[in-house]
Amino acid sequence: MTTPWTTPERVALRESVTRFAQTEVVPHLRDWEDDGRVPRELHRAAAAAGVLGLGFAESVGGEGGDAVDVTTQTEALIEAGASSGLCAALFTHGIALPHVVASGQADLVERYVRPTLAGETIGSLAVTEPGGGSDVAALTTRARRDGDHLVVDGTKTFITSGTRADFVTTAVRTGGPGHDGISLLVVDTDLPGFTASRPLAKMGWHCSDTAELAYDGVRVPVSNLVGAEGSGFVAIMRQFVSERLSLAVQAYSTAQRCLDLAVAHARERETFGRPLMGRQVVRHQLVEMHRLTTTARTYTRSVVEAGLAPDADPMRQALDASIAKNDAVDACKQVVDQAVQLFGGAGYLRDSEVERHYRDSRILGIGGGADEVLSDLAAKLLGYAA
Amino acid sequence: MANIVVLVKYVPDATGDRTFTSDNTVDRVGVDGLLSELDEYAVEEALKVVEAGDGEVTVLTVGPEQAADAVRKALQIGAHKGVHVLDDAIAGSDAAATSLVLAKAIEKIADYDIVMTGLASTDGAMSVVPAMLAERLGLPQLTFASELTIEGDTIRIRRDGDAATETIEASGKMVVSVTDQINEPRYPSFKGIMAAKKKPVETWSIADLGIEASQVGTAAAWTKVLSFEPRPPRTAGEIVTDEGDGGTKLAEYLASKKFV
Ligand SMILES: Cc1cc2nc3c(=O)[nH]c(=O)nc-3n(C[C@H](O)[C@H](O)[C@H](O)COP(=O)(O)OP(=O)(O)OC[C@H]3O[C@@H](n4cnc5c(N)ncnc54)[C@H](O)[C@@H]3O)c2cc1C
Repeated sequence: MTTPWTTPERVALRESVTRFAQTEVVPHLRDWEDDGRVPRELHRAAAAAGVLGLGFAESVGGEGGDAVDVTTQTEALIEAGASSGLCAALFTHGIALPHVVASGQADLVERYVRPTLAGETIGSLAVTEPGGGSDVAALTTRARRDGDHLVVDGTKTFITSGTRADFVTTAVRTGGPGHDGISLLVVDTDLPGFTASRPLAKMGWHCSDTAELAYDGVRVPVSNLVGAEGSGFVAIMRQFVSERLSLAVQAYSTAQRCLDLAVAHARERETFGRPLMGRQVVRHQLVEMHRLTTTARTYTRSVVEAGLAPDADPMRQALDASIAKNDAVDACKQVVDQAVQLFGGAGYLRDSEVERHYRDSRILGIGGGADEVLSDLAAKLLGYAA
Repeated sequence: MANIVVLVKYVPDATGDRTFTSDNTVDRVGVDGLLSELDEYAVEEALKVVEAGDGEVTVLTVGPEQAADAVRKALQIGAHKGVHVLDDAIAGSDAAATSLVLAKAIEKIADYDIVMTGLASTDGAMSVVPAMLAERLGLPQLTFASELTIEGDTIRIRRDGDAATETIEASGKMVVSVTDQINEPRYPSFKGIMAAKKKPVETWSIADLGIEASQVGTAAAWTKVLSFEPRPPRTAGEIVTDEGDGGTKLAEYLASKKFV
């Protein structure tokens, strides 16, 4: 039976992306983790292979393709041995550019979207501040109008690709307190007054650099405002839906990869004279991992598909994406943990792939809306209130 | 301006289980197959040639229904159009009959400058079709190219042999076979995959090519596979323990096997 996930085109896409991962990513991933960053050549190679621009319209320099195609690509990358950290590093533009594209501002598209999708430049998204990330409406980075410029002062932290970025789509306060005082502004990182910290040392996502950014009187042309002044919060919330779904896909794909590795290991590894697979308890553990992974994938995929409908309800999507992320993250946590367990001592060593996934997956329930924040949002959208 | 016909073959997936049919020929129907990996180098080289100048790449395959997959893959990689010669009578054809079908199909395509092929197929691995084809078409053949340069209508190739490296050139129409050293084949991008859906593929029977059923298939084969058996598994190697005389022992071993 052919489903939207098994059309000949998506089977071919999966095959190409798998090959990209196997030739361009997997052999180097350990080195990139040691370096704390992925090289720019990877962005160029990904652009040449058509991987970088998937999900962005051809009219803005993208590869075309819809959310099912993008999901297929993420699944294939991780299941071939890449990682959620690699996705964060290579696809940071997936969170930095969509607002710019949606604004339809031709000048910004030419200067930021096209070169980034061509692998020539790198962009970040900066929302989180040292004072807090979950409460976006409370952000304090200030942008004051001065003639044709906005003068930006403030600090952002935990910014993915922040040490490599050529520009940062920055959430700033242009108006009064609350969500309608927030705007999005594209800030070139070579402007005077902008500094990125050294890479922050992290538990996981080692191939993805993360930085603290300081804005000290950075003068940015007003024309770099994305959309209307004060529209930043709504734009951020709208893009959160696809970011959350993307994190859900990374979570269940990581689980699938760990399951595959654990199954192979259970067949091979012998203890007390029998392969691990010969023990009923191990088989049941593997079935449990399969159950968690498969149900998470099935649910998330159904939300992705529903989102493609022209009459998809944005509130329903916001709810479903939150539930999908929480579900897939929960499944992933359990599966990576069990995979490390089945690998034994080897699973605790840097050289085993499951160890990387164990570390990398911990952020999935914190970034893009922490579990509790998403549950809170879901409660609101479901009308669960006293 | 160079229009190039690239010959592509649909072969059983080497990573899957491979089987033979009752007449001892490779089973190409009942197994998973794909575009022969060695032909990807020919598709890539042809694309590089037309991208550097202009012209079109037509991929040509002779094979069962599923061989359309090999054509589609080549179109996804970037070839412009495809021709699939499909006829039940062709099943079991040997290299000589296959080269006949290919030659007739290439004559029917007519508008070409170069016929490009891989170095061998990954299933039959005979490497003879390009030469047979050149003979049938009356064209010069530049085989086993590890490097290819074009100047006007002259093509020069480098052929790396065991003992020497040859530089060979030919002008006008010709057959070129390329090795897996010549380039790094690209794989289909999403855009390429979507674009391939709209590219033209023609399907021809042997009647369309003026070939009789008696000229092809198992009955017309010049050679016949009488039997086959799997190669016995490798036996354990011989370990020479070095007690100060390791070198001598190694030399003795090599001499006993007539290696030195
Ligand atoms: C590796 C990494 C990469 C990142 N990349 C980026 C990036 O590129 N751009 C960017 O802007 N940000 C980025 N972030 C920041 C990330 O989005 C934030 O860490 C996240 O939003 C949580 O914000 P916080 O860390 O300030 O935690 P806080 O907001 O302080 O929350 C701390 C914890 O409190 C709990 N909590 C919070 N609110 C509630 C509530 N209402 N009810 C109950 N419990 C609650 C949750 O458990 C939460 O984890 C990144 C973070 C990391 C670690």
